[in-house]
Amino acid sequence: MDFVRVTLPSMYGFCCWLVCAQPRQQSMHIAPNQHMRGLPPSNAACPMRQHPSHHVRISGDQSHRVRLPPLRWATLGVTSLLAGCHLVLFDPRGDIGMQERHLIVLALVIMLSVVIPVIALTLFFFWRYRDTNKNATYAPNWAHSTAIEVVVWGIPCVIVLFLSVLIWGTTHKLDPYRPLTSNTSPVKVQVVALNWKWLFIYPDYGIATVNQLEIPANTPINFQLTADSIMNSFFIPRLGSQVYTMAGMQTQLHLIADEPGVYRGMSSAFSGPGFSDMHFQVKATSDADFRAWVASVRHGQGDLTHDAYLALARPSSNNPPTAYAQVDNGLFEQVVNQYPSSMSGMPGMHSAMNRAKE
Amino acid sequence: MFGKLSLDAIPFNEPIIMGTLLVVSILAAALLGAITYFRQWGYLWREWLTSVDHKRIGTMYIILALVMLLRGFSDAIMMRAQQAIAASGNAGYLPPHHYDQIFTAHGVIMIFFVATPLILGLMNVVVPLQIGARDVAFPFLNQLSFWLSVVGAVLVMLSMFVGDFAATGWVAYPPLSELGYSPTVGVDYYIWSLQVSGLGTLLTGINLLVTILRMRAPGMNLMKMPVFTWTALITNVLIIAVFPVLTATLALLTADRYLGMHFFTNEAGGNAMMYINLIWVWGHPEVYILILPCFGAFSEIIATFSGKPLFGYKSMVYATASIGILSFFVWLHHFFTMGSGANVNAFFGIMTSIISIPTGVKLFNWLFTMFRGRVRYHQSTLWTIGFMCTFAIGGMTGVLLAVPGADFVLHNSLFLVAHFHNVIIGGVVFGSLAAISFWFPKVFGFTLHEGWGKASFWCWLIGFYLAFMPLYILGFDGMTRRMNHYDNPDWHPWLVVAFVGAVVIFMGILSTLIMFFVSVRQRHENRDLTGDPWNARSLEWATSSPAPFYNFAVIPTITSLEQHWENKVTGHAYEKPDHYEPIHMPRNTGDGFIIAAFSLGLSFALVWHIWALALVSLAAILVTFVARTYNRNTDYYVPASEVARIENERFARLATITQVVPPSLRQHEAA
Repeated sequence: MDFVRVTLPSMYGFCCWLVCAQPRQQSMHIAPNQHMRGLPPSNAACPMRQHPSHHVRISGDQSHRVRLPPLRWATLGVTSLLAGCHLVLFDPRGDIGMQERHLIVLALVIMLSVVIPVIALTLFFFWRYRDTNKNATYAPNWAHSTAIEVVVWGIPCVIVLFLSVLIWGTTHKLDPYRPLTSNTSPVKVQVVALNWKWLFIYPDYGIATVNQLEIPANTPINFQLTADSIMNSFFIPRLGSQVYTMAGMQTQLHLIADEPGVYRGMSSAFSGPGFSDMHFQVKATSDADFRAWVASVRHGQGDLTHDAYLALARPSSNNPPTAYAQVDNGLFEQVVNQYPSSMSGMPGMHSAMNRAKE
Repeated sequence: MFGKLSLDAIPFNEPIIMGTLLVVSILAAALLGAITYFRQWGYLWREWLTSVDHKRIGTMYIILALVMLLRGFSDAIMMRAQQAIAASGNAGYLPPHHYDQIFTAHGVIMIFFVATPLILGLMNVVVPLQIGARDVAFPFLNQLSFWLSVVGAVLVMLSMFVGDFAATGWVAYPPLSELGYSPTVGVDYYIWSLQVSGLGTLLTGINLLVTILRMRAPGMNLMKMPVFTWTALITNVLIIAVFPVLTATLALLTADRYLGMHFFTNEAGGNAMMYINLIWVWGHPEVYILILPCFGAFSEIIATFSGKPLFGYKSMVYATASIGILSFFVWLHHFFTMGSGANVNAFFGIMTSIISIPTGVKLFNWLFTMFRGRVRYHQSTLWTIGFMCTFAIGGMTGVLLAVPGADFVLHNSLFLVAHFHNVIIGGVVFGSLAAISFWFPKVFGFTLHEGWGKASFWCWLIGFYLAFMPLYILGFDGMTRRMNHYDNPDWHPWLVVAFVGAVVIFMGILSTLIMFFVSVRQRHENRDLTGDPWNARSLEWATSSPAPFYNFAVIPTITSLEQHWENKVTGHAYEKPDHYEPIHMPRNTGDGFIIAAFSLGLSFALVWHIWALALVSLAAILVTFVARTYNRNTDYYVPASEVARIENERFARLATITQVVPPSLRQHEAA
């Protein structure tokens, strides 16, 4: 029982501490993070704070604060090592992506703490108990040990307990439907996956683009997504989460870019012959540049009427980036509702739709 | 008259396909010619095509899997070559329509016509021998199941030359797989090949479940069942539970495509997400169907070659059963990005990570089986160790994908592709190859060549890491799966490494084939005279190698979990019984083969809308089936004298060996 009494709280504490400590580190470097997700700046991104078993966290936190820095540095080391090789998911440019990177690294570190010893032990036993090694003990009838059984069931249980707490917290925190709170008011973008290009409608500005997404940095973007016919998945790896785009249904996604830059966007769900070319450029700019861009598009040409939309929706690939100065009011809703009674298709989807409307 | 079928269906203008057709035709002609020249048609028909012997059927399943492995691998290496070429503006050598068919066919073939037949084949060969049965519960049904699987495989192969195959990805998500977006016969080939082979798998599941529950030797209660049989039992329960779901799902898709219905279309209230839910309700347990018997095989191998009983047998049984149950509660992790709420996603994420508990326990138990053992470095031991290390990594990446927050960026990426190849190659392929090298002598009476077996292991192991570790990295670099070409130059070097890995895996496959060839040539030197070449523990090693068609001359009475080992220790192994009784056996029949042949006609006709042929084939199937039910001449008795003759030969062989019981055991006995 000592094992349970000591190990559980301390690993729980370790887990909380890692989750809490890391974003704080980040927030020192990237100030805009602090206004994310409606959490007070000092405790930004710390889901464990609200956990009912408060005392467990504190005891774990305090008793291990002194001893754990090597592990914490190990986690940070892994992170920076991976960021160092410029892999997109380890070098995110948005808060959601940043949190997801932490989550991936944390989950990997927790699991590696068991996987590495298991692999090492496998190879060691395999070598140590080779049949030519007559010095090793041979216990030909030994096949049961309650103590070992308790440990081998216990270790995975403890790990999974941590992961479960982590999963519960982060899944809610990173729910794509959850709006980001910020001092800056969000920009709305309606996304329609067409075969095989992306249509972006800016309902607040009455403009639209194809295969190019212009967004202001440091401003939450509220995406509403649907598809004209075949299912796709809307994904900007440097900013974070992806969400399916499905015909007759509407999904939501909330992302933010923490700095100006040009990022790749793509479909990540196979949708037929034009799929491989179904990518687009995301340009995150300063607020002023974004306003200037909106103004220039408004003064430009192109009117995305319903008929123009139908023409655009015909299958084609490699469409060059295009902008429309005007969009028919309610075009996005028309696309979502183009298939009669599709909303009653499935109970789960229905509630997803309701959630989307809220 | 011919429905949609015309000469245009043959892709004459595709040089790759026509070249393949030429090679396949030449090889087929050579094979058929050789059979004719050596006058083997009669032998083939009498001993194999009409056989109801579970060992023969299991062997044919494995041969089917190995043949289809070559096709599935050709697809794989073509994809790897395409992605290694098609960087930064280069279109590669495969146009999207061809490439999309290839990755679809690769997935379908590897899961349905390689992994599944390997598992069914192994269970067929091993289960009746392990439980002391003479055959499976329904031998004719077993034959029918096998030939239905063959029909599925033949349909997939046929689609390459007549028409096309689905270009939708291996689970054929609608609305892409609906008539509006996939108007060719590709998806129809997909549907009918899966329906026919799925029916075969379901029937085998029923067959083996009844066999295990009803035909164990006296005294073998459930907790005295060898662990491979336990895993087979759970696997067959899973098959019976989920294959009807696959059948129903595909039937609904069929209704959409053939009858103008709208279950999964965008129109008229159809919803594609219903299909996606249903297919994964089948699809996730399916991966446990594949892996559990491999876990069982590894358990038998590690215990045998460590010279110790399996550590924590009860733990293993409970772990297996709980994996079976939990596998029904995780399907949604295949589409966390659908837009379901955080509570739903978190539930399925947590359920998925819970599966890693029993799986982790299994790894630990294999570890402690080696602990204080005497591990012999046989090729099947190498596969087991390779599996344990590789699977630990694959399990970890799987749990990472089960964390919804991580899956939001890793979903549909090459990270995912790397993960499931990590567990399927590291688990199912390694497991099946280990099991084949372990149980081969029981079916053929001689052991496999060690050198080529070990060469195959190293090629597979190194090739796997070369081919799939880069895909993990590419997944972290934001590369999605199923891309025909790409414009990110950073990805290119990794994809070249992955191609090299595929070539090394090919050398592994080649080594396996050479191993079979060399082993057959050297069979007289590697005869297994005792029936127990590995100093093994469970019942199947108590009978001779190759096992006689009736498996056991006298059905043994079970008193121990490791009956054969127990008998060796107490000195009761290889005891000659006082007398023999006549043995009741099923008679060979061609009915299963004939019904399957008509189902090929039926499904081909349905693919091409040749309604007359479909009706005729269906009628022929029914007539054959009814005729079969009226056939009372389906069994016979092997006279006791014949049994005595065969067994006396065996004991004469045993007498020529100076030591039947290996020295290690006698030492142990003395101690």
